[in-house]
Amino acid sequence: MVSLLRNQKVRNTLLQVLYVGALAALVLAGVVIARRNLAEQGITSGFDFLYKSTGWDVNFSLLPATANDPYWWFFLIGIINTLFLGTVGLMLATLVGTIVGLARTSSNELARLLGRTYVDIFRNIPLILQVFFWYAVITHLPTPRAAHEAFGMLLTSRGLYLPIPNVGAIAFAAAILAVIAAIALPVWLGRTSRLGRPFGERLGIQLAAAATALATAAVILALGRLPDLPLLDFPALQGLNLKGGLRIPPEFSALAIAIAIYGGSYIAEIVRGGFKAVGKGQMEAALSLGLSPWRVFTLVRLPLALRAMLPILANQYVWLMKATTMGIAVGFTDFFMIVALTINHSGQTLETIGILMAGFLAINLSLAAIFNHINKAIALKGNQLRA
Amino acid sequence: MVVVAPPAPGKVEDLKRRFFATPLQALLSLISLAIMAFVVWKLLDWAVFSAVFTTSGGPEACQAAAGACWSVIAARWRIILFGLYPFEEQWRSALACVAVVVMTVLSCIPAFWTGRRIAFVWGAGTALYYVLMKGGVLGLPYVGEEAWGGLALTLFIFVTTCLIGFPLAICLALLRRSELPWISRTTALIIDGVRSLPLISILFTFAIVLPFALPQWLVGDKLYRVILGSALFFSAYQAEIVRGGMQGVPAGQEEAAMALGMSYWQRIGRILLPQAMRNALPATINQFVISFKETSLVVIVGFFEILASGNAAYGTGEWRFAYVEVYAFIAFIYFVFVFSLSRYGAFLERRMSVGER
Repeated sequence: MVSLLRNQKVRNTLLQVLYVGALAALVLAGVVIARRNLAEQGITSGFDFLYKSTGWDVNFSLLPATANDPYWWFFLIGIINTLFLGTVGLMLATLVGTIVGLARTSSNELARLLGRTYVDIFRNIPLILQVFFWYAVITHLPTPRAAHEAFGMLLTSRGLYLPIPNVGAIAFAAAILAVIAAIALPVWLGRTSRLGRPFGERLGIQLAAAATALATAAVILALGRLPDLPLLDFPALQGLNLKGGLRIPPEFSALAIAIAIYGGSYIAEIVRGGFKAVGKGQMEAALSLGLSPWRVFTLVRLPLALRAMLPILANQYVWLMKATTMGIAVGFTDFFMIVALTINHSGQTLETIGILMAGFLAINLSLAAIFNHINKAIALKGNQLRA
Repeated sequence: MVVVAPPAPGKVEDLKRRFFATPLQALLSLISLAIMAFVVWKLLDWAVFSAVFTTSGGPEACQAAAGACWSVIAARWRIILFGLYPFEEQWRSALACVAVVVMTVLSCIPAFWTGRRIAFVWGAGTALYYVLMKGGVLGLPYVGEEAWGGLALTLFIFVTTCLIGFPLAICLALLRRSELPWISRTTALIIDGVRSLPLISILFTFAIVLPFALPQWLVGDKLYRVILGSALFFSAYQAEIVRGGMQGVPAGQEEAAMALGMSYWQRIGRILLPQAMRNALPATINQFVISFKETSLVVIVGFFEILASGNAAYGTGEWRFAYVEVYAFIAFIYFVFVFSLSRYGAFLERRMSVGER
């Protein structure tokens, strides 16, 4: 026996078995105890509860939701809410971060100082404090009766009200897709490999494509409009409340603003790092070729900086996506809040925690996969870049 | 031949060259200047010129004023800083905060950077904090964890998170680097699993869900479960930082140690870890900064830390309108801690890069 323990191979195997076995035992013990505890409360385990109706409602949803809907539908609503908030927050944060980051790399001292002050202040204040702050600001806005008004939009303590076209849901979604296509098509066509034509002719085709897509959007909106109503539905005061229009609830705005400002300060640093990583020789070479400063920026600095930024940016995006869970602090029904509510109401603790893990794993993995794909697509190939 | 330096440019010329060299530069300068002037003026006007500082007028005087109402801080600072801690005992809470700050400052001084000294400083500091806060000995009245709050609680959660999380991170990093495939793979799975979850969900699981899965005698106070969860989260991130630091140590170092006949623990403790920690230091400080900010998340699982006590300070009664001032005050406290930590990190990075130039 002792001689067996002296054998390196035997020892290694034993160690591994012990380690993995101990962890598995820990998890198993937890599950067994949890099952017993839950059974004492009369809660049966399993995923059958997913098909029961919830009996509670959500305050924000992109999909139709009632208290009669089953749990699985609410989980879907939660994930879509999280993705929606994440996407809006990420886009705004990227916008803020790019502007501040460019200010920080600018040759102008005052702009650099401004950018640096921004980053130093907002990066050093916890995100949740900023969420609370913006939520307090928005809920202290005037009541609907005294709303701030601009361009048909109303800003009140109950949220931001936007005019919305009176069209069916499917037509609305299709129109949004068409508008996205109007922006994406020219970019896609602009890649020289797609259209082997000189610059002047390419522009015409790009503009035509964009115009076609926009026209399609208009046609869809015109065809899909609801009968007997004006095309645009403006929010208006009725009694003590506002009727009509699209309401963006304060919870959503507070989270989106906080993520944009806080995330922007981190993205600004990533942008700055990306530009710093571009070799000076690259820019000098471009300048010596006689390119204008603008073309040096768009053709050399920006593409090289983007390549340097992308992997770090992907991490930041995953982090910001996870940060949407702070919605629970102000009552935005994101994925995590649905999970927490489900545990409170159904008692299906283990199953729900499993769903939570699976959901975030799926979100993180797909974000990582998307970014890996982009990274691979734009990476410099072969001998394009020699250090 | 004598080379004469060109005459130094005059003040106006210098300004012109720095800020108005080209029309674009001039435009940028003007825009930046306008933004700065606007923000600084608005802020000063709000925070100083039109602000109310004294409590004599009460909330009514504040509401009439156009600027900030700092009297809410003067009236409610004890709630914000100490939470629900018994009023007469709040000096203990303050002293405990000082103990933690002194401990942190001491551990930032290079003279204390040996395993034994740093362990002593942190051990003594945490013990002092615990005795002061909890009492029950030395004639100090007993105060249970449920009454802890405010800044002291925030600092306690931060310190214990690091205290538990740091050794755990080193363990995880070593296990992750193990040559035995099953050990390294399982550890990698744990690390990646924890990293892919939001911290809030981990805190929630530890605070509210875990008691179901634990036998009665193991449940313990909610505070310690939450600290464990936050330490686990910290260690998963820190483990990857330590591992990165280890990868930066040349393989020859360990081979040389092996050739000298050092045992595994000697190699790890004397050769690999010291060099790895040096590589990982900037990222480590950054991780400390992040986890300090993230202590604020415990407000979600129902702790009365500084953010929650701030909400309470303005949320009830006559100060309902003064939320901006309260949040500004809390933001300032966080800013002081986080900014000094991150400045210290930058200083360290500069200091350590001296040898590598």
